[in-house]
Amino acid sequence: MSAPLVSARNLTVRFATQKGPVDAVRGVSFDLGREKIGIVGESGSGKSTVGRALMRLLPRSATVAADRLVVCDTDVLAADEKIMRRIRGRRIGLIMQDPKYSLNPVVPVGLQIAETFRLHSPAHAGARAAREATLALLRQVRIHDPERVAGLYPHQISGGMGQRVMIAMVLAGGPEVLIADEPTSALDVTVRMEVLSLLDELVARKGLGLLFISHDLNLVRRFCDRVLIMYAGRVVEALKASEIDHAKHPYTQGLLASLPLIRQPREILPTLVRDPAWRESA
Amino acid sequence: MSAAHGPTLHTASPADDPEDDRVRRFLAGLGRVAGRLLSIALTLLGLLLLTFTMGRLLPADPVLAVTGAEVNKATYDRVYAELGLDRPLWEQFASYVGNVLRGDLGVSATTGHSVLSDLGHVFPATFELAVFAVITGVAIGLPLGIVAAVNRGRLIDHVARIIGLAGHSVPIFWLGLMALFVFYAKLHWVDASGRLSVFYEGMLEPVTGLLLLDTAMARDWDMFRDAVSHIVLPGLLLGYYSVAYISRMTRSFMLEQLNQEYVIAARAKGLSTAQVVWRHAFKNIRVQLLTIVALTLGGLLDGAVLVETVFGWPGLGQYLTRGLTMNDMNVVMGAVLLTGAMFMAINLISDRLYRILDARTH
Repeated sequence: MSAPLVSARNLTVRFATQKGPVDAVRGVSFDLGREKIGIVGESGSGKSTVGRALMRLLPRSATVAADRLVVCDTDVLAADEKIMRRIRGRRIGLIMQDPKYSLNPVVPVGLQIAETFRLHSPAHAGARAAREATLALLRQVRIHDPERVAGLYPHQISGGMGQRVMIAMVLAGGPEVLIADEPTSALDVTVRMEVLSLLDELVARKGLGLLFISHDLNLVRRFCDRVLIMYAGRVVEALKASEIDHAKHPYTQGLLASLPLIRQPREILPTLVRDPAWRESA
Repeated sequence: MSAAHGPTLHTASPADDPEDDRVRRFLAGLGRVAGRLLSIALTLLGLLLLTFTMGRLLPADPVLAVTGAEVNKATYDRVYAELGLDRPLWEQFASYVGNVLRGDLGVSATTGHSVLSDLGHVFPATFELAVFAVITGVAIGLPLGIVAAVNRGRLIDHVARIIGLAGHSVPIFWLGLMALFVFYAKLHWVDASGRLSVFYEGMLEPVTGLLLLDTAMARDWDMFRDAVSHIVLPGLLLGYYSVAYISRMTRSFMLEQLNQEYVIAARAKGLSTAQVVWRHAFKNIRVQLLTIVALTLGGLLDGAVLVETVFGWPGLGQYLTRGLTMNDMNVVMGAVLLTGAMFMAINLISDRLYRILDARTH
């Protein structure tokens, strides 16, 4: 395999808060090639922060440090804002959780897709080319009447359709890496698989690298190639998705044990007992 | 019931006939407009009733406003009857409303002119000053608020806060007097007192009553300069207070938007901060901004009594205040009616604009 699309070594993110500094991410290392990596962890484990740090989208109160943080041949730590703007959208895209909030409520969805396209198209495409590209992108995400949908506002479409619009908007810049930050958590179970299979197909067809952030262990196990388990800002375990049942770390084992099983109903699901030592040793 | 069963229910629906549907929608629209007009009329009537009652409850004597304090009994009684004060209150009110409907607001006891023509003189003066102030307020306050929000906690944010704080806490008449002292008395940069120098009084036939507009249309640039030199100080002073309010509100609206997820999504697309702010966040605060700008304008159209007094500006505020102190009820009622009508007009216009600016309000 050639050089990885994303390479992080000893990534640390520290937030300055009223009560003093908080380390949200502590020494995370991984390489992402043209593959699907899942990052799993509970709320506050730092998984979303990792994604945002790669694109340098964290608020000003955050300090990012790393021995190495390279995204698509660019040293993110050294790049200035101008260089980052050329990477965002064009080389690395971010799919967010809930289209209800991540799409601009007062701009028709077609224009939001066209905006990304025009921003990153080589010869500054005109309105017409942008519109055609928008319709093509909407078709790619399996929206059957793109002419109608392009003119709708986010509140006029369903969650599943909104998330497909979000995917089209992110694809419009032609990125090589996608960060999907809980892309299906806000969706109905019935449309969840639809959006996932769409994402899967697009990633495979375009040969993208995908960082799939989720708290759903079962989903990640089926959908991803590799899994990073995060706890308290650290990656406590990294393993192949197919080998997740043989996890060695007690936290991962605890997570697996607390999953409900449809064939073996249990009265009470076991509660995860957290060992303070997990916070320290990787 | 079994009769209203299955598909018959749908085929019988008149909505299937496009002609019928159009007529129905037209009638519904007509009903909405009629309802709106009725609610406006009722509001104005309520406003008049309230003003009328308060005027009658005041311990001042409207007869004395006409005759002066030195008056003999016979004259007093005659004026008392002429003003209709001997009739029951409800009759007085009904006859006033009847006159208003005919376009007659009565005669001012203090100026001797009809209230309508008085308002025709003072309202344009107030309107011109208010518009000047609001334009200043928006042109400076809006960018200031946005820059402050984007650079929250930095130097420019503190500067904006100090400007806003000063605008809220310094009494406007004091600032007006200071401004007059510096720019009029010492530096001679501007003219003061009134809307025009005495030299130009009565030289221009009013068209709109707005001097900046009238002089410009007449291409009388000397007079235009004179009018500018009169309005610039009170206008900027009122504008400064609008800047203080508008910038603070804009800042807080903007901060709220900058914390939204779609702002991160827009940055993730590769947009610059300026593009994120203007193309995305700003579009989401337009409705709120419109509201506060409309409120500011509405507040200024009441007439800014203090500024009008300090600068000798012959506006609605002065007119209404003088009417109140003299218990000149026709003036008070007329001015209140006009102010109320202006407020409702502003409301109506901003309601329309909301629908254009935000698709969710359709």
